[in-house]
Amino acid sequence: MTAFVDVRDLSVDFKTRNGVVHAVRHVSFTLEKGRTLGIVGESGSGKSVTSYSLMRILDAAGVIAGGGISFDGVDIAQASERTMRDIRGREISMIFQNPRAALNPIRKVGHQIEDVLRQHVQADRSNVREKAIEALRAVRINNPEERYHSYPFELSGGMCQRIVIALALACRPQLLIADEPTTGLDVTTQKAVMDLVAELTRERGMAMILITHDLGLAAAYCDHLIVMKSGEVVETAPALELFRNPQHAYTKRLLRATPHGTGNVRDLLPEDAQPADAPPAPAPAAAVTPLLEVENLVKEYPLKADPTGVFRAVDGISFTVGRGESVGLVGESGCGKSTTSAMIMRLLDPTSGIIRFDGVDVGAVSAGKFASSPYRGRLQMVFQDATDSLNPRFTARRAIADPLLRLGARGDRRSMPRAALDARVAELAELCGLPAHLLDRFPHQLSGGQKARVGIARAIAVSPDLLVLDEPTAALDVSVQAVVLNLLVDLKEKLGMSYLFVSHDLAVVRLLCDRVIVMKGGRIVEEGGCAEVLEAPKQDYTRALIAAIPHPPL
Amino acid sequence: MTSSRGMIVLKRLAQAIPTLFGVIVVTFILTRALPGDPAAYFAGPAATPESIAQVRAALGLDKPLAAQFLRYVQDLATGDLGQSISTGQTVLSDIVTRLPASLELTLSALALSVAIAVPLGILAATRQGTFIDHLCRVVVTAGVSLPVFFTGLALVYVFYYQLGLAPAPIGRLDFAYISPPPVTGFFVIDALLAGDAETAGAAFGQLVLPAVTLAIFTLAPLARMTRAAMLQVLGSDFIRTARAAGLSRRQVLFSYAFRNALLPVITTFGMVFSFALGANVLVEKVFAWPGIGSYAVEALVVSDYAAVQGFVLVMAILFVVVNLLIDLSYTLIDPRVGFDG
Repeated sequence: MTAFVDVRDLSVDFKTRNGVVHAVRHVSFTLEKGRTLGIVGESGSGKSVTSYSLMRILDAAGVIAGGGISFDGVDIAQASERTMRDIRGREISMIFQNPRAALNPIRKVGHQIEDVLRQHVQADRSNVREKAIEALRAVRINNPEERYHSYPFELSGGMCQRIVIALALACRPQLLIADEPTTGLDVTTQKAVMDLVAELTRERGMAMILITHDLGLAAAYCDHLIVMKSGEVVETAPALELFRNPQHAYTKRLLRATPHGTGNVRDLLPEDAQPADAPPAPAPAAAVTPLLEVENLVKEYPLKADPTGVFRAVDGISFTVGRGESVGLVGESGCGKSTTSAMIMRLLDPTSGIIRFDGVDVGAVSAGKFASSPYRGRLQMVFQDATDSLNPRFTARRAIADPLLRLGARGDRRSMPRAALDARVAELAELCGLPAHLLDRFPHQLSGGQKARVGIARAIAVSPDLLVLDEPTAALDVSVQAVVLNLLVDLKEKLGMSYLFVSHDLAVVRLLCDRVIVMKGGRIVEEGGCAEVLEAPKQDYTRALIAAIPHPPL
Repeated sequence: MTSSRGMIVLKRLAQAIPTLFGVIVVTFILTRALPGDPAAYFAGPAATPESIAQVRAALGLDKPLAAQFLRYVQDLATGDLGQSISTGQTVLSDIVTRLPASLELTLSALALSVAIAVPLGILAATRQGTFIDHLCRVVVTAGVSLPVFFTGLALVYVFYYQLGLAPAPIGRLDFAYISPPPVTGFFVIDALLAGDAETAGAAFGQLVLPAVTLAIFTLAPLARMTRAAMLQVLGSDFIRTARAAGLSRRQVLFSYAFRNALLPVITTFGMVFSFALGANVLVEKVFAWPGIGSYAVEALVVSDYAAVQGFVLVMAILFVVVNLLIDLSYTLIDPRVGFDG
């Protein structure tokens, strides 16, 4: 008797210009109906490729090079394309990361669900609409009759993911593959989406494969976990077992690198890579002198539907960031945290309110003119997407030198001599742990972590006093995130900068910040020392945010 | 939804007004700035300075520029585009007879070009690196690199001179036939409407070679854009979703991929259309096609202000109309248009 899903010795190769890449090597696992399996690994581990092979939707360059996949007795590797088409969507379904992009942008969501229903003859012309609305209702969408007519761009990310789930479950498949289904969603949305998926799969007795880089998430929703690294399975164990007693060194490293409720930023690093010094203690709140003072900051946008009305993205917030202090700005998407950081960075003009930097009202200078202000160099930013925020035609060296060329060293606006510039770039690279031989590479030749280092080196090149960090580790693997977070802690200590750390991830904020500000709907709902807010939150909203973080069962 | 679409149409129309006014001003000034004296040309080679001055006064060319412009705009408002000094006809009647000739040629060429370029582009995108992809590349390269007068002459040489399959390249209709009573101004359609199959066949025969010549030229940008747009869309996430949902290849390709790829293709089509209409002078010359392009060039050579202005104005209006139609087709295809624009 073979298992419901039986993957044996699966190998997948990709033909590329530089020869064959073995993306997946000798992977084996089984899965029974009603069970959930988590495939955990970092980028490039082959976890997505494994799941694509299950549905045979690999790119044209990818081929199943060895081994077999059996699904409910069907040999997937050998099945005809016609059989596969019947299996896809009806027997095995998949939900994806980046749900908005996963939907056809110019087709009503209701019609997209109808396409699937009709393809698999689950409905005919007379009742297809009814069934599509039913599928929307099944994923707890309010007003399904109205939402049926919506286009993806009219819906939020979480709502789009519900539509993708509705699409995947419309034909009542027996196996659901969820490929990083909550990456890019807020923690509370993540919890809502995952709870929904778990509930629906349990109700229908389905099997599920959850592919994720987040060990906490995998542990919270899966019975059994496999850990993959560079195309191979390094460890297979029941979820609890894996956390209590990890066997493989890589699993241990991943576990360490995942931020959880306790410990400090050094604990994220592997034991053999611990720096000699302990992380600096948080600055005592009373002693700091304010560097940045924000008073009654407001940003309004005119409403499209009603030209006389306005939407208040930021609704009268006040806070300070002290010299050498790091403050976390936390909230879900749409809470106004990014708008706030853009105004502080003087990339956006506030509607009203005061932004005082080092005692001077920098908010008085318009965003368009701020580039030539002497304060420009003292306020710098590290951006969320390390790839998109680097000029693809600039080498790492040029990218790091850019602010030096434009702004010059502090107090000296004349251009730097060539030798001094090179020396400064080399110094910055060393400071940020970027090997010197990588300096002449272009962004596409660098890894995610290396690009993050370039972005940080660029931001600190002009020795800013305040660094605004906009989710600098959101796109990074956990082990890389661990290293980057440690780098940030060290840099702050060495250079005495202040940080404004914008994030939706409370677990990361806790590691890096002295104080935290929680925002919701453009207002500050709670503010205080990190430990205080996270361990004894006063507001329900903060409690909900903290509760939504998936915790590894430690 | 309907009212917002109506608003978009009105807005786009309103945006066209300053464009048209700008075109009127620019063409007016430009034609005045051109070298050559129309009064001297019109008065003939044997004219004395006095008779030239007389002609100049009769044409109103002795007045200050502002006054000339005012008179020009007043005339325009009454539909008077002026008198062509080279043909002796009103510019309006010249354009009314010649524009349909150009439109007939351009539209049939573009219909042919789309009928070939779009499937070719789709096939090339779905079968990357195969024979059809290479064929697409060859056609695209040939289309852009061969000048139309060369393809036109080559086609005439082969199909008329060598094989005798095509009629002589002497315009829209052989002298043996009488032009059909004008309804649409398109000879083939007019002849069919008049029930004259023989004339329709003859007009069609005349149309084939110039249309093919122009189609070869316009094929290239369309095929290339279709291929590129399809490749981009086929690589996107929602195509993966559609495949993972088990949708048939046909449905993935057409209702998911192609409809999304249509937007850049339509943009290109609009550009090619406007361009082909005004720039097919060479094709018209090679085939003695009495179109608006050759009319404009002849007028330009003799400093025929009114005719050149009329031509540019008509082209500008056509550009505006074509762009309006493209914007409207956008709102039909893409629900996002009009929300952020």
